[in-house]
Formats: sequence, C-alpha cells, structure tokens
Amino acid sequence: MIDLHGYGPRLAEGALITIELAVLSLILAIVLGLLTASAKMSRSWLAHRIGTLYTTVIRGVPDLVLMMLLFFGGQIGINMVTDQLYERFGWDVFINVNEFVAGVVTIGLIFGAYMGETFRGAFLAVDSGQIEAGRAYGMNHWLVFRRIRFPQMMRHAIPGLSNNWMVLLKTTALVSVIGLTDMVRVAAEASKATREPFTFMIIVAAVYLLIATVSEWGFARLQKRYNVGYREAD
Amino acid sequence: MADTPIPLEVRNITKRFGDAEVLKGLSLKAHKGDVITLIGASGSGKSTFLRCMNLLEQPDEGEVIVHGEEIRFRMTKHGREPADWKQVVRMRARLSMVFQSFNLWAHMTLLENVIEAPVHVLGKPKKEAIAHARQLLERVGLDKHADYYPAQMSGGQQQRGAIARALAMDPEVMLFDEPTSALDPELVGDVLKVMRDLAQEGRTMIVVTHEMAFARDVSTQVIYLHQGRVEEAGPPQEVLDNPRSERLKQFLAPKH
Repeated sequence: MIDLHGYGPRLAEGALITIELAVLSLILAIVLGLLTASAKMSRSWLAHRIGTLYTTVIRGVPDLVLMMLLFFGGQIGINMVTDQLYERFGWDVFINVNEFVAGVVTIGLIFGAYMGETFRGAFLAVDSGQIEAGRAYGMNHWLVFRRIRFPQMMRHAIPGLSNNWMVLLKTTALVSVIGLTDMVRVAAEASKATREPFTFMIIVAAVYLLIATVSEWGFARLQKRYNVGYREAD
Repeated sequence: MADTPIPLEVRNITKRFGDAEVLKGLSLKAHKGDVITLIGASGSGKSTFLRCMNLLEQPDEGEVIVHGEEIRFRMTKHGREPADWKQVVRMRARLSMVFQSFNLWAHMTLLENVIEAPVHVLGKPKKEAIAHARQLLERVGLDKHADYYPAQMSGGQQQRGAIARALAMDPEVMLFDEPTSALDPELVGDVLKVMRDLAQEGRTMIVVTHEMAFARDVSTQVIYLHQGRVEEAGPPQEVLDNPRSERLKQFLAPKH
C-alpha cells in the first residue's frame, strides 16, 4: 500500500473541491455559452458586438492571466465600490472575494466563450426546415427553442461540449495560484513536506484520469440520447 | 355565409427579395371547402405567396385576414413585421402547413410529431391528443408506424405522416407547399390519394403543385402565376382545359 503520510483525507477533500469547482464552472459556462451563442446570432447589432467582444477577449488571453486579473482585479474593484458606499452613504460593507467563488466565476467566464462558439456552430447545424415547421404550427420563439432547436442542437454540440469539459477540468488545477486548496495544491504541499512528489502526483493524475473516464462514459450516453431518431453514422 | 367568417383571405400581397419583386399584388379568398391550387413555373412566386399566408415570409405590402381577424403589421428597421406575434401564433394554429421536404421533427417519433403542436400549442390533454393522433395515423395508413422515427420511413410515409400532423390541429385551412415534389414517382400516388380524400370531405385547402391531374380533379379554383402576377384564374375546366393566355397554353403543353 502507498504511504500517504496522513495526507489521504486532505487529498480527498481537495479532489472534492476540484469536482465541485469543475461542475459549477461547467454550469456557468453552459449558461454563458447559450447566451453568447444567442447574442452572436442575434439581429441586434449591439448584442452581436458584445458577444464578439467577449469571445475575442476571453479566447485571446491566457487562462492564468485572466484568473489573476479577475481575482485580484475583482477584489480591487469591489473595494472601490465598498469605499464609495462608505464615503457617500456611511454604509460599512466589507466583501472579501471568496477563492472558490472567484475560481468558479473565472473558469465559467473563460469556458463560456468556448461554449458559445460550440453552441453557435451546433445551432447553425440544425436544419432550418425543422424550425420553420415549429413556427408554422403556432409555436412561439421559446417553445421552438425548448422543443426543437435545443434538443436538435445538442446532438451537434456534444462532441465540442465534451472536449471543452475535459479542458475545463484540467484548467481547475490553476486555481491553486489564487490560494484555493484543490487537489493539486494539497498534493504539492504534501510533496514538499514528504519529499515524495511522485507518490502524490501520480495519485492526482489518476484521479483526473478517473474523472475524465467517467465523464466520457457520461457524454457517450448523452450523445446516444440526443442521437435518437437519427441514423447512426458512427 | 355571412355568419361564419371567411377562413383565409389575403389582399394585394407584394414581396421583394432585395431588388427583385417576386410578388406583385396577389389576392386570394378561400371560402370553406374551397380547394385552390396555385400553379406556375418555378420562380413564379407560388411558394412564396403560400408562405406569406402564414407569415413564414413577411409580405412587404398587403393584408392577411384569418377567420375574419386582420393581422396587424408595423414597420421596423428590418422591414414590415407583424405588430403582435401572439396574434400570429394564434392565426398559425388555425392554418397548418405541409412542406415539400416534410419537415417532420427528426428527434420525435411519428406519434410524438402528431401530438406535439396539439399538446404544446393548443393545450390539448395528452391522452386525448394521442387518441386523436392514432385515428389520424390510421386514416393516412400509418397506424403501424406510430413509434417510427422520420428517418426510418420512406418519403411518402413521411409526407402522409406530415399530413396527419397537420390534421391533428383541426385546421381551418391547410396549406400544401409542393407536397409531392420531393417524392419518388411511385410514392406520389399514396400522398395524392390522401389529399383527394381530404378535398372530398370538404377541407379548405390551398395547394401549390405541379400535379395537373390533381388540380383538374379536385380544385374549385386554379390560379396560374407568372412572375409574381396572376396570369389566369378560375375553375379548372376553364383554366386548364381552355386556357386563354399564350403562356399558360405553353405551360400546360405536354413536354417532350
């Protein structure tokens, strides 16, 4: 048996944080992605511009830089606001940016941009006749979206979605730089203390691989579900 | 006649795509039980005209009146659009359309396709919708295909399924957009037979078609369009058997 020098429970906690962080970021990224795709496909000039600005900026700046900018910059921004509140209204508020929330927001923001492109491509792949049939039968925009566009889009989105998820999962390792004790940070501390980096890093690698494998299985099931009704080409 | 509103009337419809004016002031009145066929060469505007009737295309000018209710329009920077989309949704539920490429929803079984709009648009109880759908599927000869997905059916079966989907709305008017043009010749007959039955039971139908035999046998009125204008219109005996215009004569002449 591998000797974890008592770091087992902390590693498990770290792994849990990694998973929570990844799942919550994914949810945020999907919501932002759907909004971005809608904005970029919108007839409104402003919405289109905002969507394009977002995907361009986010995809063009390294994740690590963005994370530090948002975490430290975000704290500075919030402090400025709370200072103003105190000076003008005498309200004494102090908000400390929570590392976990900062991590979720940053990763969600980053991957929302990638998801936006994934969803946009998937929406464009839906046959326009399918949407037209919905409109012709008296469905409003929301009903067409919920009953036709979304389920049909998902079939095209899942390969890209699963790709983004795998990258997102690994990006969570960056949160240790803003002080969040995820699995990687615990392992790094343990490595230093015990001088057995290999032991801890191999465990971390195995856990990531396990999560990735389970997710792949999950995505395969999702893909099957959204492929219903289509001749299987693969 | 005066008590029940006319199911569908359109007046002076014009439509431009860019610089090309494809509809140049077309009108049509469908009374209950009318079967109006629109014929003409491709590019004559017949499909666009049909699509203006349920506002899949927005006419640049003209009025659309469904069941006595006139659709209100307003000008936007994207052109003329319906002022009240709720009104459009309401009117579309009274008209149902059968498309050239069927457009059955690919992710739903045939039965799910047929009950979709009755349940989600009309708010019909699901049980009731299913019972009605099964009757309709039997009627179009697809009772054994209820659980098939569109991709598992032939074109002719899909189109008959699409007709069942249209009937499930209890529509006041059925719009057919070249319903047999995408079918293999041997599958056309079954679809036309279903449509003939519908015409015979007094359904109000507007049909864009190239099937002259169908137009001759079942129409109450034939409208021949040429370059976005009505070139000739009237009962089939007049229009198809004694065409006056040279163009229509040429259009109807057997092609070798």
